[in-house]
Amino acid sequence: MDITIQDYLNILPLIIIAAGILISVVIEMYAKNSEKILPWFSIVIFFSAGYYALFTVNSQSVLFSNMIVTGGTANIFFFLFCFGAAIVSLLSIDYLKKAGIYFGEYYILLQSAVLGMMLLANARDLVMIFIGLEQMSIPFYVLAGFNRKKHFSNEAALKYFLLGAFATGFIVFGMGLIYGSVGSMSIDAIMTKFGDVSTNAVFIIGVLLFIIGFSFKIAAFPFHMWVPDVYQGSPTTVTAIMSTGGKAAAFSALFIALSPFFGDVSFNIFKPFLSALAVLSMLFGSIVAIAQTDIKRMLAYSSISHAGYMLIGVTSGLASGTAGVIFYLAAYTFMNLGAFGIVSMLEGENDTNLKIDDYINLGKKNPLIAGLLSIFMFALSGLPPFAGFFGKYYVFISAIESGMTWLAIVGVISSVISVYFYLRLVVLMYFKEGNEGINPTVSNTALLGVVIAALIVILIGLFPGSIIELISTFVI
Amino acid sequence: MLESYIPIMLVLGFAVVFAMAAVFSSKLFGPQRPNPEKLSTYESGVKPIGTTHERVSIKYYLIAMLFIIFDIEVIFVYPWAVEFRQLFAEFGISVFVSMFIFLVVFELGFLYAYKKGGFDWD
Repeated sequence: MDITIQDYLNILPLIIIAAGILISVVIEMYAKNSEKILPWFSIVIFFSAGYYALFTVNSQSVLFSNMIVTGGTANIFFFLFCFGAAIVSLLSIDYLKKAGIYFGEYYILLQSAVLGMMLLANARDLVMIFIGLEQMSIPFYVLAGFNRKKHFSNEAALKYFLLGAFATGFIVFGMGLIYGSVGSMSIDAIMTKFGDVSTNAVFIIGVLLFIIGFSFKIAAFPFHMWVPDVYQGSPTTVTAIMSTGGKAAAFSALFIALSPFFGDVSFNIFKPFLSALAVLSMLFGSIVAIAQTDIKRMLAYSSISHAGYMLIGVTSGLASGTAGVIFYLAAYTFMNLGAFGIVSMLEGENDTNLKIDDYINLGKKNPLIAGLLSIFMFALSGLPPFAGFFGKYYVFISAIESGMTWLAIVGVISSVISVYFYLRLVVLMYFKEGNEGINPTVSNTALLGVVIAALIVILIGLFPGSIIELISTFVI
Repeated sequence: MLESYIPIMLVLGFAVVFAMAAVFSSKLFGPQRPNPEKLSTYESGVKPIGTTHERVSIKYYLIAMLFIIFDIEVIFVYPWAVEFRQLFAEFGISVFVSMFIFLVVFELGFLYAYKKGGFDWD
């Protein structure tokens, strides 16, 4: 197994981010105003890595003793993480100043978390999944508590750390059982031995524990309890990357671990479990979000229900379902980033302007922001011209193809419920009499980030066919 | 089958005999000048009996974290150094380069701690 130059070129996005972290540490050490340099530096890093990943999406290969795959869906995920993180860096510049946490380390931690997500997405071995998971989670624990003078932020970090470590325990225990039954951690070895172990109870329990552990990370219903508190307590820009990149990375790991099962009858064992997770997350998220008065909590519950919609695609066990979920993740990443981006722009000092009622009359006071927020709300609720609609469409179609029409019906009902709380925000912004409401000062860099997110949401909504075709060619 | 465990039993037996010999010989031959501090349980410098809700200065945590940096370095470098000759014969210069990359990454973290004043006690 000789390692060639081509191998290094294939993992260049990972190398770029890893080198970026080291250079950022040096900048942080020696530059006096590192917090001014590092956001732009990390944007360059993220953009070049993401662009290169999309550029080399066709060069699929398996590297380093079957530890890592590159090209195909892994590179699509790279693109999502890197562009998401670039937008988050844009949002963070003025947000950190406003929140009183104007430190350069924020961007180093952000890059480390993105590196972890990328390791999760291109893993071909359960050990790599574990390394990627830790590399992603530990910077997130720190970032959640980055606002160390605020009690909510500390609470978020501690809660996230304890429950996240608990979930990691499930994952490692599941890996242990899988290793015990198969005798290897490699996905390839699991695939070749799959015929022997697919009815083995130890193996099935191992995979189930693995799914449970990742249900924590994707915030599916019975394992969602940390989500509202952590999303509310963390700095808003951190919540933005945590709810999009973190979720997408966890889904990619779930697909890698379940890939031996797809197209096999033994997947039917997991279908009741996964569909229960999907139904409960969708309905719980949509219904509880209605009662929220805090916009970050509302978006947290909406993120739980979106995890449910995506789990429908996993439950179908078909290639079209996998492609649908990846499409959904692409759409969801940018619409949720945009929504949280606007929340972070409007947020005042000391956690003010975070109530839903603060958004009253925003349509009169700041038409641009209100218009952008409306786009994201329409997209999140799944109304047709925007990206969210096609995400839901592909996922529901895959459920019908696999003979679970009832799951698609529950999904449609749940998204009808969710329209209420998404559009309530739009109604509050445009159709309220009177003159109360906040009068925010808007930062230009954050506005740029949000506009880019909105453009991507609209583009995905306009050309869903070519994007799903690109994804489908790589999903076996 | 069972014979293969004989060396382990030998090691266990030797460990027990050695530990007992060490303890009892110091009791036999050493000078005995007891005082209350000496007779109390040794807890790494902390008082063995008292409230458990004592707050520890955050500086100690910093020291503990810096210790981990060195600890990890030693864990990786020792086996590498012991096997270096053989590894070098097999894989060539890449053995050296990969450890060098590891050390660069690692020393950067160390330098960061130093620059940020992690080694200043006050």
